[in-house]
Amino acid sequence: MPTNTLNGRTFDVDDQGFFTHREQWSEELAHDLASLIDLDLTDRHLAAIRFLRDDHAVTGATATLHRAQEVGGFPVGELCTLFPGKTAQKLAWLSGLPKPIACV
Amino acid sequence: MEIPAGFVMPDFGNTPAATGRRKMAFICSKGNLDMAYPALIMGNAALGEGVDVHIFFTFWGLDIINIKTNYRLKFTMAGNTAMHMPELARVRPGLEHVGIPQALGNVPGMTSMATAMMKRQMKDLGIPEVPQFLDLLQDLGAHMYACRLTFDMMKLNEYDLHPGVEGVINAADFIGISEGAQIVFI
Repeated sequence: MPTNTLNGRTFDVDDQGFFTHREQWSEELAHDLASLIDLDLTDRHLAAIRFLRDDHAVTGATATLHRAQEVGGFPVGELCTLFPGKTAQKLAWLSGLPKPIACV
Repeated sequence: MEIPAGFVMPDFGNTPAATGRRKMAFICSKGNLDMAYPALIMGNAALGEGVDVHIFFTFWGLDIINIKTNYRLKFTMAGNTAMHMPELARVRPGLEHVGIPQALGNVPGMTSMATAMMKRQMKDLGIPEVPQFLDLLQDLGAHMYACRLTFDMMKLNEYDLHPGVEGVINAADFIGISEGAQIVFI
């Protein structure tokens, strides 16, 4: 399994590049990852990321956008603006979590 | 920041500029509950992947966006030879794979029962009901349209359409809108 190094921080990823060990993530690392995809993390980005991590700690699964809205209270429209393009995947990656599995 | 050499990261595609974005168009022509979900689920997934989504509702598919009907779409066993009941495994292992006899589908009350069962299964999976699903798609930026011809044929009213529906358009309009899209007919 590949291991990535970014600014001296090392973390394991799957073939696609998603984290395989959530404890190797840190908020500083998230900021560095975000800069790779031209995102500047604001408090709202971080709030969504923290929700995904807290939710994953309980359920063991990466939340979908629908779940982030229903359970976390983050409107999906806002999430799409915060993480443009492949929203669900970007959010999961920046949160140091696996790619979401659920369809909805 | 530059991506370091040997760094493995997901392919997020190029910048989400309007140009070169992938585009999908769904045509919903059926009004049964089980035929409403495919486009809603795939459209939702596509939007989450940054794909432009257009959905054209025509014929019985109009029931999906008509707020007088879309909360009570039904699922029928009649004509569906692939109807199984997972619960029957508790009666005798293997029964869950056996098709329900077709005649049962016509017994009064069976459609309501099958509909309730499907709704419960969907709820257990965290899938929203059809009206809430349309809200979700609207929030995600889906473009939804009603078919002019069938809208007139069924004597529908615009104020009965879900607010996410952008308009009642004709076939030629949809052909124009769906230019360059991958089309899924349901």
